[in-house]
Amino acid sequence: MSILIDSSTKAIFQGFTGSQATMHAEQCIAYGTNIVGGVTPGKGGQQHLDLPVFDNVKEAIDKTGANTSVIFVPARFSKAAITEAAENGIELIICITEGVPVLDMIDVIDVLNNSESRLIGPNCPGVITPGEAKLGIMPASIHKKGSVGIVSRSGTLTYEAVNQTSEVGLGQSTCVGIGGDPINGTSFIDCLQMFQEDSQTESIVMVGEIGGTAEEEAAEYIKDNITKPVVSYIAGVTAPKGKRMGHAGAIISGGKGTAQDKFKALEGAGVSVVTDLNLIGSKLVEILK
Amino acid sequence: MNLHEFQAKELFESYDLPVSKRGLIKKLSDIDSAITSIDFSNGCVAKVQAHTGGRGKVGGVKLCKNKEEIKNFVNSWLGKNIITNQTDEVGLPVNIISIDELTDIDSELYMSLIVDRADKCISMIVSKAGGMNIEEVAETNPEKILKLKFKNNAQVSEENINELSSKLDFNLNQAEQFKKIVRNTYKLFVEKDLSLLEINPLVITSGGELHCLDAKINVDENALYRQDEISGQRDPSQEDQREYQAKQHDLSYVSLDGNIGCMVNGAGLAMGTMDTIKLYDGEPANFLDVGGTATKERVGEAFKLILSDENVKGILVNIFGGIVRCDLIAEGIIGAITDIDVSVPIVVRLQGNMSDEGKLLLNNSGLNVIGEDSLMKASQKIVELVK
Repeated sequence: MSILIDSSTKAIFQGFTGSQATMHAEQCIAYGTNIVGGVTPGKGGQQHLDLPVFDNVKEAIDKTGANTSVIFVPARFSKAAITEAAENGIELIICITEGVPVLDMIDVIDVLNNSESRLIGPNCPGVITPGEAKLGIMPASIHKKGSVGIVSRSGTLTYEAVNQTSEVGLGQSTCVGIGGDPINGTSFIDCLQMFQEDSQTESIVMVGEIGGTAEEEAAEYIKDNITKPVVSYIAGVTAPKGKRMGHAGAIISGGKGTAQDKFKALEGAGVSVVTDLNLIGSKLVEILK
Repeated sequence: MNLHEFQAKELFESYDLPVSKRGLIKKLSDIDSAITSIDFSNGCVAKVQAHTGGRGKVGGVKLCKNKEEIKNFVNSWLGKNIITNQTDEVGLPVNIISIDELTDIDSELYMSLIVDRADKCISMIVSKAGGMNIEEVAETNPEKILKLKFKNNAQVSEENINELSSKLDFNLNQAEQFKKIVRNTYKLFVEKDLSLLEINPLVITSGGELHCLDAKINVDENALYRQDEISGQRDPSQEDQREYQAKQHDLSYVSLDGNIGCMVNGAGLAMGTMDTIKLYDGEPANFLDVGGTATKERVGEAFKLILSDENVKGILVNIFGGIVRCDLIAEGIIGAITDIDVSVPIVVRLQGNMSDEGKLLLNNSGLNVIGEDSLMKASQKIVELVK
């Protein structure tokens, strides 16, 4: 088992024929992921990467039976793309695009609340279940099928955690990048719950960063609901207050959401916290002994 | 993106929100015309226009009774920098001073609209304890902070606003005014893609009217493409020059006090890299995220930016390639070192997408670049080299 995606997942790409989507679709296909086609309005009927292109999501679902969509459209069209996917019954929507206006995301959340769909992202690296399916922009080679569930707000930090868990031989069940924006579709808690219920997952790595209170809320949840060992790292100890650190989410204001606050909350919930990101892998090995 | 107070008040006016009439002074000779544009019979409040709070505490807001006092205020501020507890030690340049009509204040409230991350909606926060440090109130007297959620992006009901009004002890007239303020600030927030709208204080005048004495607005950078009018109001003089320059090249940069320049892809890893340098007893000179679509040109620009800080004694490049291809980064590094005179040591850590190709390019370049596989080793190396 794994969470969110596996070898039975049938995925389409929205914004399929764009250069980034093309490059990453090629890599996802090469990984063995079941990509069944894509959507680019106005290009329906064409073939791209030997797969059918459709004008809209509905047609793509009708013709291919797709249940998952990866979104690569520019930020200004992301709201429309996510909405279209949700309204047509795509079960899992993974939005890679960064720079989506936050008020667009508030609208999107309303759409999602009235649908059966789950959104991962936006501004995220996607999801990978090693050995089964890769839907995102993560480098495939660092992953290894195994027992650690990884959830992270940051793309490249996820890779760091993946690399280390592979190097120590544990491997990953599923890795989820939930995205660094202030408002996103899936939270740490959602993923923690799925990992807790997943039989393949034996331990969890949660990578957070400064800003907001998502890590503190996750800590509360872990205390009462997670029995599997959790290792956590929070980026941004050295970040100055009130400065925006790239991710829209990574901003400390008014003394809330500092790395220290988060470390304290997580330690209080029994999580093994590492302050050195290079020690994620070795910490896991240590607590699993 | 931030707006000046006077720009925020102009926006307020266009949404029929009650603000004071004001005149703007950009040079000494503007004083007369500024005075005639307002009712000056009782004097005015002169306010330094800069993207910072805490202006009043350092003399940047002053009651002026006559033209002479305005002149003194303008002379003491215009062309100078204002340094507050929210700025760095250099402060922000004062190029504009606003003189606002006087308002007789009976009591002060606090009101703001924010993007509420936890509830994934826009929320309004209002408190009778205005004018003071609202964070302090939130901690010591949380019951004094009232919150209203605009759930499902819909307008809040008349009933909800009335309930708030009664908690705020408004009379009927004030309750009507408050309703309008709530509706119009929300409309402004949504239509102009704001991430923060703050009125501190929202006052009740001695005549019993609600009045927005201050106005603070932050705009969502990601939405500026559809907010031409607001984009045009950007004041680069209020932004860190290197940070502003970085933005022009789609780089995310924040300057810090240390001596190790960092170039990293991804905000999280960039912060993680800064933290790692610090853990190994080094001091990062900056946060720099070259982003997911780093090109050769952008990497070159990133190098120039890092080196424009004369404190930089060494550079750590940490790239974990997902979207970004390490061979392109390597080409950028080689190009930059060849183009600009880089005399400080550079340690490069490449991992992920095309990293072997990237390392090969660096090793065959004949340049003085040290390649490392792990961030730990790379951090230790650069810290050692700048000592």
